[in-house]
Amino acid sequence: MSAEWPLWEVFIRSQHGLAHKHVGSLHAADAAGAVRNARDVYTRRNEGVSIWVVKSTDVIATSPGDKEALFEPANDKVYRHPTFFPMPDEVKHI
Amino acid sequence: MYAQLVETGQKNLRQREDMSPEERAFQDRVDADIKIEAKDWMPDAYRKTLIRQIQQHAHSEIVGMLPEGNWIGRAPSLQRKAILMAKVQDEGGHGLYLYGAAETLGVSRDQMVADLHAGKSKYSSIFNYPTLTWADIGAIGWLVDGAAIMNQIPLCRCSYGPYARAMVRICKEESFHQRQGYDIMLKLCAGTPEQKAMAQDALNRWWWPSLMMFGPPDADSVHSAQSAQWKIKLLSNDELRQRFVDQTVPQADHLGIVMPDPDLRWNADGGRYDFGAIDWTEFHSVLKGNGPCNRERLAARVKAWDDGAWVRDAAVAHAAKCAARAVRAAA
Repeated sequence: MSAEWPLWEVFIRSQHGLAHKHVGSLHAADAAGAVRNARDVYTRRNEGVSIWVVKSTDVIATSPGDKEALFEPANDKVYRHPTFFPMPDEVKHI
Repeated sequence: MYAQLVETGQKNLRQREDMSPEERAFQDRVDADIKIEAKDWMPDAYRKTLIRQIQQHAHSEIVGMLPEGNWIGRAPSLQRKAILMAKVQDEGGHGLYLYGAAETLGVSRDQMVADLHAGKSKYSSIFNYPTLTWADIGAIGWLVDGAAIMNQIPLCRCSYGPYARAMVRICKEESFHQRQGYDIMLKLCAGTPEQKAMAQDALNRWWWPSLMMFGPPDADSVHSAQSAQWKIKLLSNDELRQRFVDQTVPQADHLGIVMPDPDLRWNADGGRYDFGAIDWTEFHSVLKGNGPCNRERLAARVKAWDDGAWVRDAAVAHAAKCAARAVRAAA
């Protein structure tokens, strides 16, 4: 069997200036091929103005098992939200 | 439904008493509609069943490019050619999204393709029928893509994250496929008597195979209960099939053509259409490999893969050469 092409993750930025969003993955032999394939598969309906491709092996991800420990510290810091601070009604622009 | 006859490998429905703590936690998440992602713990049988189901769905998309690809060169106008080509491109893309989802479960693309070519992995029975006239392209878009949409919308809510997200993307693109087909039928049925007759003939040949797409009756579907508990099958075969009939008959009425079913009639009490008996021997025979086009479809896929090997190998060799050159230049 011939060598399998490596896997790439594809990120597209839409017309509206939002951040690049992960849209899926594909196989390609090299970066140029990955971009071409990404253009063919993920932008058929004017979905994007910019493409990023990243080799899947270069994506470092947190492990589901670490979810609790990693995200727990934020749970009791509700004062990070503006709604924690009621403001007097008469005070404007704050 | 693209996963006709997918086996879960389970003889009985898993009961909570028999589950390990991990499996119970997994089932709780499924019950709470929390998505299972690629790196999460999952029962071996869930993983294996999904690999089979998603893979067969992917194969169906790719093989499904063949009956319609057959007519691109003969479509009646330049616009119809371009539109049909766009649809077939979409199907290729759908296959990719699904192969990608399957790969997250730990199976390689090469392995899936090898299984398809060896006949180990199946694709939907519907693609083993020939496209004999231009009207067939209309009928396929209207009925086959229509049936696919019926099945795929609930799957957007399935428990496995990558599969559900692939379904969302596919559903967005699928509506154009069905409208494209119905548009062809509208033009033919409003055309000459010969054109309308051609549309009726296509409906006659594609109606029953389309109903068979939804798989055997619920009473004969042994593995459905487990798939339902895992939320990888959201609605039963019969339920989907009934919905499809109910929504499609009025569409045929509008075209002025009739389903080839003398037993089809509106059931006012039940609020649905009653329809005739399906010939399940044909379905099983086609799945076994005896449909009109099984051998031709598989041969086309094997040839495409084999003939393309030098391109894949050349791309890898070229990439390696460029990488080596870059290393030397940097040194």
